[in-house]
Amino acid sequence: MTEQITRRSFFKTVGSATAVPVALGTPLLAIADATAMEPGDARAPPAAAAATSAPAPAAADTEAPLYLFFNAEEAAFIEAACERLIPADETGPGALEAWVPNYLDKQLGGAWGAGERLYRSGPWQAGTPSQGYQLPFTPAELFHTALRAINLHFASTGKTFAQGTAEEQDAYLKSLETGGADLDGVPSGVFFDSLLKMTIEGYFSDPVYGGNRNMAAWKMIGFPGAYANYYDAIDRHGVKFERAPMSIGEDRHGHVHVDPNIPASL
Amino acid sequence: MPQKLKETDVVIIGVGMTGSIIAKELAAAGYKVVGLERGQPRFTVPDFQSPSVHDELRFDVRKALMQDNTREAVTFRNNSSQTALPIRRWESFLPGTGLGGSHVHWNGQTYRFQANDFELASRTRQRYGAKFLDPDISIQDWGVTYAELEPHYDRFEYLLGTSGKAGNLNGQIQPGGDPFESPRSRGYPTPPMKEHFQGATFRKAATSLGYHPFPQPSSNLSQPYTNPEGVKLNACVFCGFCERYACEHYAKAVPQTIILPVLMRNPNFELRTGCQVQRINLDSTRRKATGVTYIDAAGREFEQPASLVVTTSFALNNVRMLLLSGIGARYDPSTGKGVVGRNYAYQTMSTVASFFGEDFIVNPFMASGASGTLINDFAGDNFDHGGLGFIGGAFIGAVNTNGRPIQYHPVPPGTPAWGKGWKQAVVAHYNHTIMLSLHGSSVSQKQNYLDLDPTYKDAWGQPLLRMTFDFPKNDLRMAEYVTARGVEIGRATGAKQVAGNPRKGPYTITQYQTTHNTGGTIMGSDPKTSVVNKYLQSWSVSNVFVVGASNFPQNASWNPTGTIGALTYWAIDAMKNRYFRNPGPLVSA
Repeated sequence: MTEQITRRSFFKTVGSATAVPVALGTPLLAIADATAMEPGDARAPPAAAAATSAPAPAAADTEAPLYLFFNAEEAAFIEAACERLIPADETGPGALEAWVPNYLDKQLGGAWGAGERLYRSGPWQAGTPSQGYQLPFTPAELFHTALRAINLHFASTGKTFAQGTAEEQDAYLKSLETGGADLDGVPSGVFFDSLLKMTIEGYFSDPVYGGNRNMAAWKMIGFPGAYANYYDAIDRHGVKFERAPMSIGEDRHGHVHVDPNIPASL
Repeated sequence: MPQKLKETDVVIIGVGMTGSIIAKELAAAGYKVVGLERGQPRFTVPDFQSPSVHDELRFDVRKALMQDNTREAVTFRNNSSQTALPIRRWESFLPGTGLGGSHVHWNGQTYRFQANDFELASRTRQRYGAKFLDPDISIQDWGVTYAELEPHYDRFEYLLGTSGKAGNLNGQIQPGGDPFESPRSRGYPTPPMKEHFQGATFRKAATSLGYHPFPQPSSNLSQPYTNPEGVKLNACVFCGFCERYACEHYAKAVPQTIILPVLMRNPNFELRTGCQVQRINLDSTRRKATGVTYIDAAGREFEQPASLVVTTSFALNNVRMLLLSGIGARYDPSTGKGVVGRNYAYQTMSTVASFFGEDFIVNPFMASGASGTLINDFAGDNFDHGGLGFIGGAFIGAVNTNGRPIQYHPVPPGTPAWGKGWKQAVVAHYNHTIMLSLHGSSVSQKQNYLDLDPTYKDAWGQPLLRMTFDFPKNDLRMAEYVTARGVEIGRATGAKQVAGNPRKGPYTITQYQTTHNTGGTIMGSDPKTSVVNKYLQSWSVSNVFVVGASNFPQNASWNPTGTIGALTYWAIDAMKNRYFRNPGPLVSA
């Protein structure tokens, strides 16, 4: 790790600056049966919900993610790179504050990293762009291979990627994106595309997957998350839907949408 | 040695929408029916429930409901000079798997094709002359007419409870409906869904240009409905998790909500899941099927004898089943001979994005899979193609289905792909953009076809299906023309910026377009140019029927499900009233 922007120092800073820290999976709003929503509900959370929605001040937010897949050097690159792909600015949090690197770590260390939903029989040969991904690497293999090559490259320069200025980092990412560099068999463009795709996933996916911390990315664009019912709101044209977003992880009271007139099973 | 099971009357390969309906009708008529489904059994309760169903990463991005491509992929190339390679991750199209099939994750957009579509080749010749078409185009008449199918469209729509507004009741044009539709014998079973803001904005703009907007026919229902089978559905609540998802609300018409509750109670029906059919078995004459061979989830091999075999799997898998079984002559593009795999077609999808300012609030996440408003003024043959140099067209509509942000974050052309510029554009446009869909037809042509791959295998050691496809020039010209009309409508909405994105070649499997794969076991009146006759019966093996979008000789300007449903009931009538009374070919070759 470098002394300049360690992830611990970053996450400590972010933690203290976060206004409404909420532990993952803690109910933000006691959203009851969505079918009971009244037209007037669309603008504000129920008062009862507000009273019960303040969890204990978040020790969790002062912690850094625990990386299970990335080693320390890999994590340093991923954290710095993700923050350039989606930087913090006045519109909303960057990838770091949204814990996107944590999302990547958990996905690459799990089924997705191991080649979930990837047809993996040979023979292997390069195809046309319209034939899509044709490399034998699983996502986990692809990231480890490319990151090792990248960090070896920076070791030879005497300075890590994370130690560079924002401009230097952007220039290097651009070279990965557009150049045909070979990262130990991984074309740099393929690695960059995977990194960008997963960064956007981690930023906008449900927080249960470890990114989109505090649903901040959803709040930024106004996506309400896992709400189930806009029946009364859909024809109120042009009126902003103002409810705080809802994660699938919040609904832990066994809530099931079943009409009593319909048999629950066959 | 496979274990040989007791003979049954009917074996159904694939228990999705068509399989469920056929099984229900034949079981009710007294036949013993075995349904073989490769995937898992699954029901609205407990499998499709909240909150886990509202998970964009799992269902949209990771495609949890789709065919397991690690075991069963498809290989692809743009033309026959290339080497086909496996589609290693689904993107362009998404075949489903499991009880209910692809119909579980559909959007509910429920159209009829027009009378013209079923006689496309002859009507095109009549209207534009014999030399109008590019020479490679191989469109055909279907061998069945709209008038023959109309009662079956009707029956299917009433099974689903489809919500819509009739535009043509027995020849009388109805205000508010689609004036271009072919005559229907009665209105939709339920009224149209509520109109979202995108639809209302589009309606105003299209009307100002003299077009004919109407509500999209939706099988996410506008109100509670009990179908003729006695099964109840609920009103859709516009949750915005429809396509690629199962519906938790009993509001989307899928086999689980329209027919399975009745089918599963019939003792004449037996469902077996986890069963991968390897082939349809033929006797020594190769003119008669004796049943099927399948392997169950535990790897055990069985032979299931049957008097009648109906293959009702996804279009691509229907084609593969016939190829693996040696039923019908394989199509050879170099000679033009053979039929199985011939006339594979798709859908030519274009878009128009209209970007508004921040005071224009769209709320894109409030939607159903089939809400929205569209026009058919540039679909099919509803406009004069003389001088345009192509046939076909597209519906143009604001048929927005969701605002799920991993996949939906529209930005104007020229926006950087990442960094601060990208992020600020996402924030500026997420809630202030209307996307128009231009849902275009697809002609068949000689060099687009399906066959078996010489190299790549599935998990059971059988060849994968090989797809050879690129967009016909006819369709790219069509896309260019209709997209220009869509841009004009976008401008008429008062948007600040309008960006047309006409479909361009080459076809790529790396980008989602649509799961409307058609052809390969096409229907027709001549066994030299079709795989099944007008009743969907194999020309070469008369106790095999093939049902699905694989029967389409080419694809029209609308979503295929309504037409697949109509063909299903049409074929059931032929089985019950003709075939079982006198088994054998229903049409002499």
